[in-house]
Amino acid sequence: MLDVRRLVKSYGGRRVVDGVSFRVERGECFGLLGPNGAGKTTTLRCCLGLTALDAGEIRLGGLPVPEAAREARYRVGVVPQFDNLDPDFTVTENLVMYARYFGIPAREARARAPLLLEYAGLGDRAEARIDSLSGGMKRRLTLARALVNDPDVLFLDEPTTGLDPQARHLIWDALRRLAKQGKTLILTTHFMDEAERLCDRLSVMDAGRIIAMDTPRRLIESLIEPIVLEIYGEGVAGWAQSHARALVERVEVSGETAFCYTRAPDELLQAVAREPALRVLRRAANLEDVFIKLTGRDIRD
Amino acid sequence: MTDAALPARTHGEILPLRCLHLVQRNFLVWRKLMLTSLMGNLAEPLIYLVGLGYGIGALIGEIDGRPYITFLAAGMICYSTMNSASFEALYSAFARLQIQRTWEGVLHAPLTSDDVVIGEWLWAGLKALFSGTAILLVMYGFGIVSGIAPLAVLPVTLLVGLAFSGMALVMTALARSYDFFTYYFVLLVTPMTFLSGIYFPLRQLPDIAQQVAWCLPLAHAASLARGLTLGDPMPWPVLSVGVLLLYALAGVTLAAWLVRRRLNR
Repeated sequence: MLDVRRLVKSYGGRRVVDGVSFRVERGECFGLLGPNGAGKTTTLRCCLGLTALDAGEIRLGGLPVPEAAREARYRVGVVPQFDNLDPDFTVTENLVMYARYFGIPAREARARAPLLLEYAGLGDRAEARIDSLSGGMKRRLTLARALVNDPDVLFLDEPTTGLDPQARHLIWDALRRLAKQGKTLILTTHFMDEAERLCDRLSVMDAGRIIAMDTPRRLIESLIEPIVLEIYGEGVAGWAQSHARALVERVEVSGETAFCYTRAPDELLQAVAREPALRVLRRAANLEDVFIKLTGRDIRD
Repeated sequence: MTDAALPARTHGEILPLRCLHLVQRNFLVWRKLMLTSLMGNLAEPLIYLVGLGYGIGALIGEIDGRPYITFLAAGMICYSTMNSASFEALYSAFARLQIQRTWEGVLHAPLTSDDVVIGEWLWAGLKALFSGTAILLVMYGFGIVSGIAPLAVLPVTLLVGLAFSGMALVMTALARSYDFFTYYFVLLVTPMTFLSGIYFPLRQLPDIAQQVAWCLPLAHAASLARGLTLGDPMPWPVLSVGVLLLYALAGVTLAAWLVRRRLNR
C-alpha cells in the first residue's frame, strides 16, 4: 500500500529525514515512533506528496509520489497533527464540503454524513459550530472527515496528542474498528501505550533514521531485558553504582530513580530488601523501555 | 508482492475546474453572512459618495458639465471593486492560509496549491463583481445612470477585481502576519486611489504623475468605468483592458508560484 525507499529530505542543509525505507502492506497498522524532531511528520508529508523529496522513491497505493500524489490522495484520508477543521462551517457542513474536494456530489455526501457522525460519536452534534466542540470532539470530527472518501489508507499524525484519557480511548476504539474493516493505518506517535495497543508493526525513528522496526512484542523481546526494577529513595544513584551494577545486566539512573534491566531479578531484590531507605517496583519491560534505550534519556525539543 | 495501481475515484470530475471547489467553499461561507458583508461593502463607498458627493460637490459645482456626485460615483465603482477584492485576497485569504489552516486541509484532499490559489483569485474577483453591482444599483437608484448600456461596466468590475485579487494574493503569499498588509495599503493602494482619477480628474495631476498613473491598474479601471457608465471618451479602451488583464494574470501566476514554495516546503 505504501512503499518508501531511501527517502531523504533536508531543510536548510540539515537532513531531517536521512535514508528512511519501509513498506506498509494492505490492512496493516504501522506506527512511526520517535521523539520530537525525529522526522516523523516530514516523512508523512513526503508520503502524501505535500513536499518535494531530495532523494528516494515513494509509491502510495501503487502510484508514484510526488508525481501522482494528487491522484493517490483520492484513496487516502489524513488526520493532521493540528486540527484544520473549517471554523466557518457547522459539523455536517465540514463533512459535506470536504467530500466536495474529492468530487463527491453534495447529495451523496449529505446522505453519508450522519453515518460518519454516528461513527465518530457526534450524532447529536450535526448542526454544532466547530468552536463549540471540545478537543476530543474536534479530533473525532477530523477522523470522520478523513473518512468521507472511504479511503483505503489513513495517515494519522499524532492522533491523540493533547487529549484526555477518555478521549484517547474513544479514538483508539475508532481506529481499531477501522483496522478491522481492512483499512491500512499509518500513524505517528510518541505515546508508547498507543503504539503498543494499535500497531501491528512499528519503526522507531531518531534523528531522521529508522533505528528499529518490528512488531511491538518482538521489539521488546529482542532489544531489552524482560524485567525492570525501578528503585527509588535517598542515595539511590550512588547505591546503584556501587551495588546494583554487579547484580543486573544494565542500570540507568535518571534523577532519583535507578532503572535496572535484567533477566534474573532475585539477587537485586534481596539486596534492596536490606536497604531500608530504598523502595522497589518490579514490572515487565515495555515499549517505553525499548524507546528510551534506543533514543536515550535526553530531552528533545 | 506489489499493489496494483488503484484507479482514482474522480466521480466524473472535470480536472481543470477543481479550483471551483474553493470558489464554492468561499461562496457558501459568504452566503451565511451575505447581508453583513454586502452592507460592509456598500456602506463605505456610499458614505464617500454621499458625503463627498454632496458636501464637496456643493463647493466644486460641476465637472465636465455634470454634478460632482455623478463623476465620483463612477470612481466609487472602481474604489469599492478594488477594496472588495483586496480585502478578500489579503485578510480573508491569509486567515485561510495561516490562521484557520483551511488551505492545509484542502491540500490533504486531491487538490494542489495551484487549485487553491486560482480558486481564491476567482472568488475575490467575484466578490468585487458583487460590490461593483451593488454600487451600480445605487447609481441607478440616485438616477445617475439609466438604461441598459451602463451594465457593460459589470464585466469590467470582474476584471478589475481579478487584477487586484492577483496583486493581493502575492502579498498574502509573502505575509507572515496581518501587519504586513498595512504597507501594501499605505504605500500602494491609498496613493494609487489619489493618482487614478477616482476623486478628481486625472488631468489635474502633473504630467509625470499621470504617466505613473497609467502604469497602474486603477487609472485604467476608472477610465473604463467612466466610459461605460457615463459615456465619457476612453483614451485607450483596448490598452486598458490589456493592462488589467496583465496585472490579473501576472498576479495570480506569481502568487501561485510563491504559495507553492511556501506550502510545499
